[in-house]
Amino acid sequence: MSGRVLVGVKRVIDYAVKIRVKPDKSGVVTDGVKHSMNPFCEIAVEEAVKLKEKKLIKEVVAVSCGPQQAQETIRTALAMGADRGIHVEVSGKDYDNLGPLHVSKIMAALAKKEEAQLVILGKQAIDDDCNQTGQMTAALLDWPQGTFASEVTLEGGKVKVVREIDGGLETVKINMPAVVTADLRLNTPRYATLPNIMKAKKKKIANVKPSELGVDLTSRLEVLRVDEPPQRQAGIKVETVDDLVGKLRETGSI
Amino acid sequence: MFPASRYSCHASRCIRALKTVQVDHTSPQLYTTLGRRSSSSLSTPRITTHYTIHPRDKDPRWEGVEMERFADEADVVIVGGGPAGLSAAIRLKQLANEQQKELRVCLVEKASQMGAHTLSGACLEPSALHELFPDWKERGAPLNTPVTEDIFSILTEKHRIPVPMLPGLPMRNHGNYIIRLGNFVGWLAEQAEELGVELYPGYAASEVLFHEDGSVKGIATNDVGIAKDGSPKDVFERGMELHAKVTLFGEGCHGHLAKQLYKRFNLRENCEPQTYAIGLKEVWTIEEKKWRPGRVEHSVGWPLNRNTYGGSFLYHLNEGEPMVALGFVVGLDYSNPYLNPFREFQRWKHHPFVAPTLEGGHRIAYGARALNEGGFQSVPKLTFPGGLLIGCSPGFMNVPKIKGTHTAMKSGMLAAEAIFPRVVAVAEGGEAETTGLHVPEYAEALKASWVWKELRAVRNIRPSFHNYFGLYGGMIYTGIFYWILRGKEPWTLKHCGRDADQLKPAKDCTPIEYPKPDGKISFDLLSSVALSGTNHEGDQPAHLTLMDDSVPVNKNLAIYDGPEQRFCPAGVYEYVPVETGDGMRLQINAQNCVHCKTCDIKDPSQNINWVVPEGGGGPAYNGM
Repeated sequence: MSGRVLVGVKRVIDYAVKIRVKPDKSGVVTDGVKHSMNPFCEIAVEEAVKLKEKKLIKEVVAVSCGPQQAQETIRTALAMGADRGIHVEVSGKDYDNLGPLHVSKIMAALAKKEEAQLVILGKQAIDDDCNQTGQMTAALLDWPQGTFASEVTLEGGKVKVVREIDGGLETVKINMPAVVTADLRLNTPRYATLPNIMKAKKKKIANVKPSELGVDLTSRLEVLRVDEPPQRQAGIKVETVDDLVGKLRETGSI
Repeated sequence: MFPASRYSCHASRCIRALKTVQVDHTSPQLYTTLGRRSSSSLSTPRITTHYTIHPRDKDPRWEGVEMERFADEADVVIVGGGPAGLSAAIRLKQLANEQQKELRVCLVEKASQMGAHTLSGACLEPSALHELFPDWKERGAPLNTPVTEDIFSILTEKHRIPVPMLPGLPMRNHGNYIIRLGNFVGWLAEQAEELGVELYPGYAASEVLFHEDGSVKGIATNDVGIAKDGSPKDVFERGMELHAKVTLFGEGCHGHLAKQLYKRFNLRENCEPQTYAIGLKEVWTIEEKKWRPGRVEHSVGWPLNRNTYGGSFLYHLNEGEPMVALGFVVGLDYSNPYLNPFREFQRWKHHPFVAPTLEGGHRIAYGARALNEGGFQSVPKLTFPGGLLIGCSPGFMNVPKIKGTHTAMKSGMLAAEAIFPRVVAVAEGGEAETTGLHVPEYAEALKASWVWKELRAVRNIRPSFHNYFGLYGGMIYTGIFYWILRGKEPWTLKHCGRDADQLKPAKDCTPIEYPKPDGKISFDLLSSVALSGTNHEGDQPAHLTLMDDSVPVNKNLAIYDGPEQRFCPAGVYEYVPVETGDGMRLQINAQNCVHCKTCDIKDPSQNINWVVPEGGGGPAYNGM
C-alpha cells in the first residue's frame, strides 16, 4: 500500500454570506464575495491528517479543481497538515459548467496516477448540495465506498466505516483502496493557524490541466435559469371555522 | 508544531476536575470566578467569559495547557489591512526595491479577505493615491466613477432646501471619484502582494508584546479554540508572535490595541478626547431610468434635529449595473438615549427627495462603522518606543469634506518613509533587538505635510456646531470662517468632551417614535444584519467584554434605558427579562457584531471593552 490519501477540497461561497442571484439569472454573484473551504471538505482534511498523525498512512495530498483562487483553499488544507497539493486548473466557462461528473473523473484519474489507497471527500458541497462526487468517483474507479462516515477506522488493509443513515448508524467494512465521504460528526476540524499558513507557503502545489488527465469538460447539463426562492407570502387570519372553509374553497384547496 | 492530542489530554482532565467542583452549584450561570476578585455581585448572571477580564493563569481549567507561542521575526509588522496599513506596506517595499534592500514586511488583518471589513461612502480624493502610484490608472485602480454632479440639501420633513456647492466649500467633490472602498483596498492588497508584502488576512492581532524596557516588540495573533465559557477546547492553539523592529498600528477608527497603547504610553495627555460618529451604509441596485452615474448627493437636517450632528450621502456608482451607495451618519455626541441611528437612517430613506431613487430597487448590502470627527484637536501623540499610529486610528479624517481615506493613505506613506532608513540601519547593524525603534521623525513629517495643513484649516467647523443654533450656527460659521477666511482664524474651538459623557438620563428625554419599516425602502434590523454577511464562530467567548457584569442593568438600563440596544447597528445588545423572577438582564449576541466599535465609544459607563474575536470572523462586506 502506498500509504497515500487523496483529499478533495472545494472552494465555495462562505456559508454565512447572503447569496444574490445575478441580474441576468444565469447564476449567483461570486465576484468579491467571501469564499471559504466547504465545511465537509474541512472535515475530510482533518480526518486524513488524523490518520497521518496516527501513522496509519504516510502522505496526504489535497486536490482542488477551479480557477486561480482555488490555490488559497489548497493552502488552507496544507496549513491543516496536508503534505502537498494538486491544483487542477479549470476557469471561465468551463468552471461555471463544472459538475460532479467532471470532478469524479478528475479525482479518479488522479487517484490512479498517485496510487492512492484512500480518497476522502466531503459528503456534499454547500453550494450545489449534489452529494454525488464521492459516489461517482468510487464507481469510476470500481472501488468500494463508505459514504456519510461518522467514524473511520483502518484495520489491516480494510476500512471500517460507521455510516449515518436514516434511522441510525450502519457499520460497513470495505477493502482498500476505497472512497470515503465525510459527514458532520466525523471530527472537529482544527484551525489553520498562522505559523502553519507560513509553513504551507513552502509546501508544493502542482498544477495540472484536466486534459492532461484525459478528462473532457464538456457539460451534458445546461443551466437555463437561476431564481431566488419565492418570497414567503403573508398568511391570513380568519375568525371562524366557516371563514376558514370558505377561504380554502376560494383557493381551490378543497 | 504542538500535537493537538497532547493538550486535549490535559484540557479534558481539567474539565473533568472542574465538573466535580461545579456539581454543587445550582446553576452554571451563577459560577463565580475562582481566584480573581469578583467585581460582579452573586445575583448577576455571568456574562463576560473572555480571558482579558478573567485571566487564565488563575483559572484552574487552564492548568497544564501549553501556553508557549511560536515566534517569528519580521522587519516591520503592520496591524490592519486598510488604506493606511496597505499604503505604508507598499511604500516600504517601493523604497526597499528602489534602494535594493531586503525588508520583511508582514501585515495582519482580522478580516478573512482584504476589504471584507472595509466600509466607507466613499468619495476618494486621489491626491495620496497619485503620490503612491502615479500610474494608478494603468495599474487598474478601481476608480471608475468620476464625480459629475454635486448636490447638497437641507432637508425638512417634506421639503428640501438646496445649498449651492460653491467652489471652495469643503464638501465640493470636483475632481474626486466615487469608489467602493472595499474594492479599492482589495486592489491595494494585490499591489502590495506583487511588491512582496506578506499579507495575512484572517489573523487578528490580539495582544501587543513588549521588550523588557517597555518598548513595543511586536504583536501576537489571537488564540483559537476557546469555548464560549472560557475553557480550552480540543482544538485550542495559541496565537503566534510576530516580532518587529517597529510596529505600525493601523486598526482604523477606535482600534482596540490603540486603546491600550494610549493608556500605556500616555499618548493622549495633550490632546482632546476623540469624538466620533456612526456611519451606516447600504448598497442598492436601482431602476436604470433613475440612475445618474457620478452624481453625489449630501443632505443635513431631517430627520435629525438641529442639535444632533449628522447627515446623509447618496452616490451613484458607475460600475456596470445601476447601483447607488447611500448612508447616514450620526454624531455620537448626541444626548438623547432614545436615539436610534439605524432607525434614523431607515426613516430618512422615505424622504420625498430620496425615496423615488430607491423605489423599484433592491437592497444588496448593509453595514456600519464608527468614524472619527475629532480632527486636529484630537490627534494624539503618534509615536512611542517600538511603534507608531497611522490612519483613522489616531484619526486624520477631514470632517466637513467627509473624507479620511486620502489622509490615512498619506499618513501610512509618511510613516514608511520615516521608518525605512531607521529599520535598514538596524538590520544592517546586525545587533539583536532588545528595544523597539522610536521614530518621532514620522510625527514631524506629518506635521509638515498637507495632511496637517488640511486638518488645521477645517479644525473649527465641527466644534462650531456646539451652539444654540446647532446645525445652522455651524453652517454659518463654515460659510464665514472657512469659505471666506480658509480657517485662518487664530482661535481653536474645543469639542465637548467624550461622546460617552454626553448622554442625558432617560427620564429627562423624550422617546422618539420611529415609523415601522415597510420592507421595500426601509427594513428591520435583523434582516439588515443578515445582509452584512457577519458571522463568528459561535463557540468562543463573547468579544464584547464587560469590565463589570452588573453595570449594564444597574446603570445603563436604570439611568439611560439601555442605549446600547439602540446605538448598536447589529442588534448585539438586548435587555431581556430574566428567566425566573423580576428584572432584566443584558444579552450579548456577539455573533451579530459588525466590528463598528460604536459600543466601546458610546457606552455611558465605559464598561464595554471591545476586543478582537477569532480572526476571520466579522462582516463579509463586498465592495462597501
